Amino acid sequence: MVLSSLIFFPILGMIIVMLMPKDKDNLIRYTAVGISVIPMVISFWLTYDYFVNFSGTAAMAYVEGPFAWIPSLNVNYHLGVDGISVPMLFLTGLLSTISLIASFSIKIRVKEYFAFFLLLEAGMMGVFVALDFFLFYVFWEIMLVPMYFLIGVWGGPRKEYAAIKFFLYTLFGSIFMLVAILIMYFTSEPHTLNMLELIEHGGAMSYTLQMVCFIFFFIAFAIKVPVWPFHTWLPDAHVQAPTAVSVILAGVLLKMGTYAMLRINWPMFPDALQALSFWIAVLGVIGIIYGALVSLAQTDLKKLVAYSSVSHMGYCMLALAAYDSVTAITGVMFQMISHGLITGALFLMVGVLYDRAHTREIAVFGGLGSKLPVYTALMLMFSMAALGLPGMSGFVSEFMIFIGAFSSLNQYLVGISVLGVVLGAAYMLRMFQNVFLGEFNMAKWGGLTDINGRELLTVLPLAVLTLAVGIYPKPLADLMLATLDNLVQIMSR
Amino acid sequence: MKDDPRFSRFFAYLSLFLFSMLGLVISDNFFMTFIFWELVGLTSYLLIGFWFEKKSAADACKKAFLTTRVGDLGFLIGLMMIAFYCGTFNFAEVFTIIGAGSVPPVMVTILAIGVFCGAVGKSAQFPLHTWLPDAMEGPTPVSAIVHSATMVAAGVYLVARTMSVFVASADASFVVAIIGVITSLLAATIALVQVDIKRILAYSTISQLGYMIMALGLYGYDSANDIHSPGFYAATFHLMTHAFFKSLLFMGAGSVIHAVHTNDIMEMGGLWKKMKITAPAFLIGSLSIAGFPLTSGFFSKDEIVATTFGHPVFTVLTLLIAFMTAFYMWRLCFLTFFGKPRDEHRYEHAHESPKTMAYPLIFLAFMAIFAGWTGIPALKHGFASFLYHSEPYHPHADWMNYIVSSLVGLSGIGLAYLMYMKKTISPDVMMARFKPLYNLFWNKWYFDELYQATIINPIMAFGRLMWKFDSNVIDGAVNGTAVLTMWWADLKFWFDKWIIDGAVNGAGFIVRMMAAVLKYLQTGRMQFYMIFSMVFIIVMILLKFEIAHIDLDWPMMTALFIAAIGLLSVAARFVSEENQESENEK
Repeated sequence: MVLSSLIFFPILGMIIVMLMPKDKDNLIRYTAVGISVIPMVISFWLTYDYFVNFSGTAAMAYVEGPFAWIPSLNVNYHLGVDGISVPMLFLTGLLSTISLIASFSIKIRVKEYFAFFLLLEAGMMGVFVALDFFLFYVFWEIMLVPMYFLIGVWGGPRKEYAAIKFFLYTLFGSIFMLVAILIMYFTSEPHTLNMLELIEHGGAMSYTLQMVCFIFFFIAFAIKVPVWPFHTWLPDAHVQAPTAVSVILAGVLLKMGTYAMLRINWPMFPDALQALSFWIAVLGVIGIIYGALVSLAQTDLKKLVAYSSVSHMGYCMLALAAYDSVTAITGVMFQMISHGLITGALFLMVGVLYDRAHTREIAVFGGLGSKLPVYTALMLMFSMAALGLPGMSGFVSEFMIFIGAFSSLNQYLVGISVLGVVLGAAYMLRMFQNVFLGEFNMAKWGGLTDINGRELLTVLPLAVLTLAVGIYPKPLADLMLATLDNLVQIMSR
Repeated sequence: MKDDPRFSRFFAYLSLFLFSMLGLVISDNFFMTFIFWELVGLTSYLLIGFWFEKKSAADACKKAFLTTRVGDLGFLIGLMMIAFYCGTFNFAEVFTIIGAGSVPPVMVTILAIGVFCGAVGKSAQFPLHTWLPDAMEGPTPVSAIVHSATMVAAGVYLVARTMSVFVASADASFVVAIIGVITSLLAATIALVQVDIKRILAYSTISQLGYMIMALGLYGYDSANDIHSPGFYAATFHLMTHAFFKSLLFMGAGSVIHAVHTNDIMEMGGLWKKMKITAPAFLIGSLSIAGFPLTSGFFSKDEIVATTFGHPVFTVLTLLIAFMTAFYMWRLCFLTFFGKPRDEHRYEHAHESPKTMAYPLIFLAFMAIFAGWTGIPALKHGFASFLYHSEPYHPHADWMNYIVSSLVGLSGIGLAYLMYMKKTISPDVMMARFKPLYNLFWNKWYFDELYQATIINPIMAFGRLMWKFDSNVIDGAVNGTAVLTMWWADLKFWFDKWIIDGAVNGAGFIVRMMAAVLKYLQTGRMQFYMIFSMVFIIVMILLKFEIAHIDLDWPMMTALFIAAIGLLSVAARFVSEENQESENEK
């Protein structure tokens, strides 16, 4: 019941919010946050309990079902978690509540906003716990709907364009996924949609069929990650979405792509994976360098952070290509978590500034360090974390990825990817200098106030976790170790 | 500093620096070293940019971080190779594995050069030396500690610490030696002509670090002939003595700047009379760095010179650099402390610094003389015994060596005396005579401009190009797909409306048209039927008797038939209309 409660509490919250009177804005806000705390606490407890009781085994824990749902098609309600989904649930629970708190600055159509947001949370939780393909697909698609409206209604000047682009692009990928799911369904005997059984079945499929399914799934998930060259929805969606939605987009939605690769795409088709891993690594390296270069040219703060995501998720792809190295795959998980924390925090920080200055142009600022010391210190910390400074989670993940990828991939390719470290420092420091260092324009920005208590409440947990994972990554690594060991064995069978 | 609003923050940064630096030197493995290595980079960034309102400081801290990060790139690759080939980061284990020769020699070379790249960045070696002079934008105590004695020495420390790796690769050691000597020479030439007191010291630091790096590189170089080259000892010994006299010089420079409120030595002069503690201390430091007999620098520099024996080119260059060092340091001293004040106003306001600044100078001056005595044979090679616990290592420098390098140092001081005190040789004339060289040195060999033009600008331009590519080509493809889909939908709509639905409507239309024509044949009047029959019969008869010579085939027949029907119906129509009219008339 634990996993179901993660899905259904947000849905319950959505219903409650919808039943509330329209004009009671504050009541709606506090109710939504209050209800989202429940799945957050459950996800924290789950993480702790999993760590204590299950982290030594690779088997699914807290399994619910399979309960027959559509028996004629052998569709079941089937949930379960292992070492790769637990951290994601933790991240989802935490970031959802944080984003809801950060959403207090939403002033129009408050009721609808919070209702959609809770539905979104339910969808995200569902994706990370579903073990049945049909169920997975349902949750995967359900999320698109609230996301479409959250961007399209409460977004920036080009919100409609961004929302439609996001929706259609993801849907385009989903079609490929649907076809691949159907292929898997009809080639399995007896027909099943159980992911765990299909992992066994996938390995036995013919090479051609494996390739087809692998590529179809890959397209669907690569769009979500996003892997270069499927990334162009991301800057538009991130920049146009309201702050809290950007946080969820960067913090959780992108991870669903890499999560699905680890859960479905990679273990199901070992032969195809082996054949294509080099090209996946190439895409990853292109993403790293390309994302960093484009970030370097950005003039808009939020867009810079958005493109830095392309670069950071490129590291994930590089390490995913090194599927036979536990170090690399652990690095992927660390990078997913650390990117969720750091980039989520960076979006929150950009939102804080945008709420005050009503602009995100890098060039109009300067010298904010002397006026907003607390904000500047936090921004410096997250910038350093983003560029992979030791002591922060970003360093742990990048280091693992480099070490792991170097031992199992083309070494020249990995050597090139290291350039991303310098470029990453370049765009982060360039931004930091232009916004926070230099002379302060008192006449123009004299009215800016430092970060307030509510905003600190949203950012500080992320700062603490970034440092905690960076300084002592062992508990997190231990939590995932057994699962990842097993996974690597399955992937390189 | 005391009046600075961020006074407490300064000490917080310094404490963080101390933490990282101590962590760096006590780590027993590459991984921890790298972590603290990066953390000192962070503190250096924070300290250089301490007065971040100044644009030059903000630029300098970014430059320092990025330049050292370029070096760290190599370090990181080195680490990846160590992890791959050795499977451990522990120093002792890595040295054992590499020493045992189980790693391919080429890989050892690449690995060693990778690690050395880190040192190149951190110790401001050619070609990544450009950040250190700019780093002088930070507060002077920072320049004295972080950017002269400790952090920049971390590169030398790293190479010394991982010496076993370099010993295993003669090629890598050769690279180290070459880079060291190039850096040293380059920085010394630039220091000859600069006028900013802190920048001269910064270039001097680079030059001295290059010395040490060179000595380390010569350890393994030509190891077949000279396995007991004292490079390792010489470099670490010089590292230690240099820390004392260079911090002394920086603190002294800070004291001078505090007194006259300018960095430009051309605006100073005659300060000896005003600064009774700073001036002597500074001169002791200058003597030491020039290698004046019995000062610290004398002993350690001689060891470095001794390292180069056996490699004549290196020996000549080392002595040349020693000569230049003595010259530019004493040029600095003469211009600052002696002669007539060149700026009366500044001179009038000059004063000795407070005790908190003066006392450290006295202590450092003491160390600048005596720290090097730990290398005297009579004292049982104190420093060497410290380095090689068990079997004390005997330094190579002998009397010949001492005499030669003393003479070189003294002649450098002498030339500076002739040019800037006696004015026997006019600096202006020299400047005019060697104009191109002077320009080259004055502009720091144009490295900043070169990097701006060949690296920074292209990367930024490439970034903008990629952005254009992204928004036009890749996103253009996405949007193009959308537009094409819309066109396709429009086309489908048109096709649907005009072709498919058109076919349906067209069928009805054709029937209606045919009906419109044919209905006139069914008029119900006997006369027409009669005429029709008559014509038909006549035609048939004509055909039968071949009266009209017409080739009869089926198409012709059909055509004729249709033409006939058409004619008839038209005729019928006229007639019926006439009838109608006549009926209407009635």
